Amino acid sequence: MNSSLSDSGVSERLARKASRHVSERVIEAVLFAAAAVSIFVTLAIVFILVRESLSFFQHVSIVDFLTDTQWTPLFDDAHFGIMVLLSGTAVSSMVALAVAIPLGTTIAIFLSEFASQRTREVAKPILELLAGMPTVVFGYFALLFVTPLLQRLIPELPGFNLLSAGLVMGIMIVPIVSSISEDAMRAVPMALREGSYAMGATRLQTAFHVVLPAAVSGVGAAYILGIARAVGETMILAIAAGMQPNLTFDPREPAATITAYIVQVALGDLPHGSIGYQTIFAAGLTLMLFTLTFNILGFWLQRKYRERY
Amino acid sequence: MNPSHSPIPISALPVKAEVRDFNFHYGAFHALKDITMPLCERKVTALIGPSGCGKSTLLRSFNRMHDLYAGNRYGGEIILHPDQTNLLDPRVDPIEVRMRLSMVFQKPNPFPKSIYENVIYGQRVRGVTKRSLLDDKAEEALRAAALWNEVKHRLHDMAFALSGGQQQRLCIARALATDPEILLFDEPTSALDPIVTASIEELITELKEKVTILIVTHNMQQAARVSDFTAYMYLGELIEFGYTDEIFIKPRDKRTEDYITGRFG
Repeated sequence: MNSSLSDSGVSERLARKASRHVSERVIEAVLFAAAAVSIFVTLAIVFILVRESLSFFQHVSIVDFLTDTQWTPLFDDAHFGIMVLLSGTAVSSMVALAVAIPLGTTIAIFLSEFASQRTREVAKPILELLAGMPTVVFGYFALLFVTPLLQRLIPELPGFNLLSAGLVMGIMIVPIVSSISEDAMRAVPMALREGSYAMGATRLQTAFHVVLPAAVSGVGAAYILGIARAVGETMILAIAAGMQPNLTFDPREPAATITAYIVQVALGDLPHGSIGYQTIFAAGLTLMLFTLTFNILGFWLQRKYRERY
Repeated sequence: MNPSHSPIPISALPVKAEVRDFNFHYGAFHALKDITMPLCERKVTALIGPSGCGKSTLLRSFNRMHDLYAGNRYGGEIILHPDQTNLLDPRVDPIEVRMRLSMVFQKPNPFPKSIYENVIYGQRVRGVTKRSLLDDKAEEALRAAALWNEVKHRLHDMAFALSGGQQQRLCIARALATDPEILLFDEPTSALDPIVTASIEELITELKEKVTILIVTHNMQQAARVSDFTAYMYLGELIEFGYTDEIFIKPRDKRTEDYITGRFG
């Protein structure tokens, strides 16, 4: 073997390796920066929310905040009962999920287990178009189309109500639930389905007894995302559910949600640093804790029911 | 095993199923050509041959697994005795076929359910709901699959908690719990270690007391150990079929001999 030749070969290879190393480190740094930006923004939001909320809670006790049954922060006789807004958020989200979860799951099962390749290719983009529709359009759809329709069934239904807004919000969330659930179901290995069919099971039995349980962690994630979307939705509720704070669990009544309140206050001209201004942040923090709870719950469920197949 | 010096002619044995002039196409590819062979009752028949010879395709034709995928075409007959049902007849519901034949797959594929629910899955899809009946079936099948003693105290644990070999025996129990007329094995030990393989082979030998077995295997020693009859397939054709002893000791066809002696494959 010619040693000098092989030496130059090695050093050349090493040099190339070193330069690759430099460019790789640059790429690594860029990728890290991109990830860091999103984390930084999240932390900054939390920081602002907490700081403004802290000064809010110097004026209003936490007990009053959680137990008062009135929300009138801009009146002379100010009350700060967040439950009033939270009830609106909870009721409208329930209505939305009562639509989105059954409908979204059914669509996912159909697309994943029953539809032909062709049907799936046509139906899926159309469904996803629904998710891309501006929510303001959904809001007016609820107010001007769904509410009059519902008033024929329930004559005493007011023009602004949680039911109509919730139903339309549910329709908006369907594609989120169906699309992610379908991906989870399609990821279930064919070997499991074949096992079920080989036992003499029908498609429906296979879908419900084998595919759905096997995809439960992904389907659960889809539900959690749907819930987060419902809780955070603003425009539909601001338009169709009215903006008056109302402690109620009746979906037929009008009520303000946390998000609708924030919009309402932000549209007005509140002096910076006033108590009314600070309510925005207290309400925002509540909303964030609410969705965080669901995310943690979802994360925990996903870990608990993760399937190894 | 039948003594090789005085074999009863195969045609004189009771037959459970017969493949007649079977042809199979994956799209334009002619995967199986004019296959004709019997499946003797309560015997083990092994399908051997190099990869791509069509042995799995033939096995999966018995319970119409090919119907699940578009683009598969087949012709010919697989007659199930004693009622002479042609399993491939389009008028015969594939679900009916799968109710009579069970299958064990290459990789253990337990469902994401408890051990108990896995075993009685076939009963559940048949609409059986009586608890005592299900319990009896589960125990009977788990005993037959030599798994009962290992799992009787944790029937309601998830099936994924079992080891690979236990999972495969669970799949065998699941297949047995529906009292199948034929048990189809598609390379059932290829994902398992040698010790577990030996236990599954022993199980197959015991099971033929009760049920007719068709097994696809890549492992010629396995075919020699567990089967009574062997079919050697090559490039979609059935080259030779006969008593396992004869196929392995004095094959009639040169191609069979080459494969068995390890000259290719």
